[in-house]
Amino acid sequence: MSEETTQPAAAEETATETAIPALTALVQAQFSGAVQSHHHQHGDETLVISRDQALEIFRFLRDDPRCQFELMIDLTAVDHLPREPRFEVVVHLKSLALGHRLRVKILLGADDPSMDSIADLWSAANWYERECWDMYGITFNGHPKLKRLLMYEGFVGFPLRKDYEKTLAQPLVPMRPVRERYDYGEEYTATVTRQDAPGFFESDADAKPTE
Amino acid sequence: MTESIRRLEELDFGAEPMVIEVGPSHPAMHGITRFRCEVDGEVILSMEADIGYLHRGFEKEAEASTYIQVIPYTDRLNYVSPLINNVGYSIAAEKLFSIEVPRRAEFTRVIMMEISRITDHLTCNGATAMEVGAMSMFLWYVKAREYLWECVEEMTGARLTTNWTRIGGNANDVPDGFLTMLEDRLQKVSDVLDEGEKLVVKNKIFIDRLKNVGILSKERCMAHAFSGPMARAAGIAYDVRRSDPYSVYDELDFEIPLGTVGDCYDRYLVRQAEMRQSMHIIRQAIDMLPPGEFMSYDRRASLPRKHEVYGSIEGLIDHFKIVMDGPKPPPGEAYAAVEGGNGELGFYLVSDGTGRPVKCRVRPPCFNYVAAMEEMTVGHYIADIVPIFGSINMIGGELER
Amino acid sequence: MDILLHPAVMAIIKIAVIVLGFVMALGTVLTLMERKWMSAVQDRLGPNRANLGRFTGHGALHMAADGLKSIFKEDTIPKGADMVIFYMAPFFGFISAFVVWAVIPFAMPIGDFKFQITDVNIGVLLVLAMTSLGVYGAVLAGWSSNNKYALLGAARASAQMLSYEIFLGLSLVGLFMVYGTVQVGTLVEAQNTYWFGDVIPKWGIFTQPVAFLLFFAAMLAESKRVPFDAPEGESEIIAGYFMEYSGMRWSAFMLAEYVTVVGIAGLTATLFLGGYNIPWLHADGFHLFGGHLPLPVWLIVLLQIGAFITKIVVLCWFIIITRWTIPKFRFDQTMALGWKKLLPVTLANVAVTALVLLAVDSF
Repeated sequence: MSEETTQPAAAEETATETAIPALTALVQAQFSGAVQSHHHQHGDETLVISRDQALEIFRFLRDDPRCQFELMIDLTAVDHLPREPRFEVVVHLKSLALGHRLRVKILLGADDPSMDSIADLWSAANWYERECWDMYGITFNGHPKLKRLLMYEGFVGFPLRKDYEKTLAQPLVPMRPVRERYDYGEEYTATVTRQDAPGFFESDADAKPTE
Repeated sequence: MTESIRRLEELDFGAEPMVIEVGPSHPAMHGITRFRCEVDGEVILSMEADIGYLHRGFEKEAEASTYIQVIPYTDRLNYVSPLINNVGYSIAAEKLFSIEVPRRAEFTRVIMMEISRITDHLTCNGATAMEVGAMSMFLWYVKAREYLWECVEEMTGARLTTNWTRIGGNANDVPDGFLTMLEDRLQKVSDVLDEGEKLVVKNKIFIDRLKNVGILSKERCMAHAFSGPMARAAGIAYDVRRSDPYSVYDELDFEIPLGTVGDCYDRYLVRQAEMRQSMHIIRQAIDMLPPGEFMSYDRRASLPRKHEVYGSIEGLIDHFKIVMDGPKPPPGEAYAAVEGGNGELGFYLVSDGTGRPVKCRVRPPCFNYVAAMEEMTVGHYIADIVPIFGSINMIGGELER
Repeated sequence: MDILLHPAVMAIIKIAVIVLGFVMALGTVLTLMERKWMSAVQDRLGPNRANLGRFTGHGALHMAADGLKSIFKEDTIPKGADMVIFYMAPFFGFISAFVVWAVIPFAMPIGDFKFQITDVNIGVLLVLAMTSLGVYGAVLAGWSSNNKYALLGAARASAQMLSYEIFLGLSLVGLFMVYGTVQVGTLVEAQNTYWFGDVIPKWGIFTQPVAFLLFFAAMLAESKRVPFDAPEGESEIIAGYFMEYSGMRWSAFMLAEYVTVVGIAGLTATLFLGGYNIPWLHADGFHLFGGHLPLPVWLIVLLQIGAFITKIVVLCWFIIITRWTIPKFRFDQTMALGWKKLLPVTLANVAVTALVLLAVDSF
């Protein structure tokens, strides 16, 4: 690859192995200072990047003809509780055209676990980010509809965090009143009951109040 | 708002779309999924999916278990192809430990994985045909699946909750008479597949129900990270066994069936063809099965042989440590992807050197498909939800872990 | 004894024998045979467990068990359902299924005594009119249930049944032209005439083969059987129009459906398969190629009743096997099939029949 021949000096000083993998070098060349660390343990090339430039780096990875990561395979988070920064968002990418894989990690602190949403770049990220929010409480700025996915709407807490109490009793969803029958009166009045528990779907908000 | 509703509103009829909930308890929602659809008559205007009815906390449990104790949990992920989950997790764990699996074990794993793939596709295709109306198809395919469950039971001891692989190999070797039994059963399954093809694949009604229904273009498929039969039906030639070969798949010869349009009919046919390819792979693996060990008794990750446990002090200590603390991999992380029945099934393990994983993540293939469900269904009829959802092959255990 | 010959009393006895003795019995047996034939298609045994002590009868007791179960089940009424219509709806389908049997003959008339309840001169038109009333059953059941799925089922039922009634009537027009009558008794007797000098009987299926297929398809759509069971849904709208019915009310729908199946078989056999006629069996015995085998009248009547029942059972078997083999249509495909494909064929059938009759008559 051309990148390795132009950066032999950088290879010797930063990598513990013999050569920097091609993609890492590419990203380092394009975004100076964004790559905080890298490794390719067990053959998986991994980059740890800063969250400020995360969106641009992902866009570069998707669009650049040397990377061409069309598939966002997985987006998840890891909670290293005693360690700071606490959260680590892990994104796995795969390129069909060029065949390579990449793992990109973004470190987030416990005080502000948020980063930019990549749902615009890959539609697959939409639900994966929702699941991350549901399980870890990590906010993705710019996500179209960040709400709980696997847990029900009234759930309290973020289950996959290491400090989530497994014996915590969750609130039950209250019984919702049944729609009353229609009255064929002088004028047509339809009685639509507003639901007492917050509805899961947005269209619940459209339910018309009683006359 | 569609044309008809707009016109009715102009006439001051007060028309509005009807909100109808498909699920959660519904005969065609394989397991439990809920779709809230806004319909205009029968045309779906928008749809929102609600999942999470089978969320059992696999990842949280895995963080509290040792690396070997997670294996029975993996059976229950995609419960119609349990062995693929077992093998996928074991490959990820072996990557983490840097353990090499003996060749005999690899070939046996390939045989069992392909059997699981056939059972997965049989369930999916049978259920799709049943929900479209040809109810007998499901029962024929379930009969074929029974033949394969007999083989799985012979090998692992259970039909569904197999718990068969270990870190470094398998739990047991091929029993006597297994290979002849397998060959006989494969012939019977092949006969049932032929019968099924004669009944529905060329049937005009079936084709009308499935053709041009639920089309997702190649670009949208890639944006949604489709893999497996869904991607291949859209023409994307992505098979993890080919692009990132694991186990001994690079030594086996098989074709990857590709569709053209990406509708439900293509997905059905791709699954049918893949079943035949799986049988071809099994036969090759049976021929190429080498003699040898079925388990690399790596002392870091597996229980030692029984005669060593009772006969030597090292074996006893190893056994004790593995049972009490669990295998302790070096700190690090590993991701391994296998080609599941549905697509790329990925296992991502993070370890910090203790006996419990910091993170054990399953990347579920059908997560992407259900996320794309709205895109695939809008504009179709309510009656189309059934074949589209059937072609996705959503397995609740895998979707919601 | 003379009171028995009074026409009203005769009619009641005939109704009792035909409707209760034959149709209801066959309908009930069909509830079991559907499951047995379904299992035969699906490579399994089917219900065979219901027993009294050691007598299982290969599952025959399931008929009684099903009936008892339905009676003892809780009769759920959805909140907000329109009660009057909810109660009334099952009966429309029920009634229209049975009225069909008013005009179907079981054997040749002996003197003045006819083996049918009545032989009105509008015969088949009565049947068509009564099947039209069956639409109300499905539509009112779905509407009154206060349930969106049932409403969808009702909407589908109304559109499908109304459309296919048209094809039903039109497909029979050719038949009326060929036989020149609408009266059922005369139609069946007319099917006992032969072509080519006493060899091939002029059954409806030979004179009007296209109409046979159209009629069969249209009747399947009228009774909402697979492949036309979109109103019933079963995997999309769960149970469609009878979703909120349980216990005996649901049984009423099911029984109405099975009686309709028997009715389809009966009508098809009567109109197209020669009714009670056995080929070459005339009022005084077998006539074939000049040979003559005289038979007593009572034997002929018995043979004819037997033949008719056999034809009905074979057609029922075919209808039930169809349900468990072929997939179902999506609702818009049902309507497209009817209006875009069946209607032109039906009209063409009528035109071609007219032309052929003119051509034949002119020779």
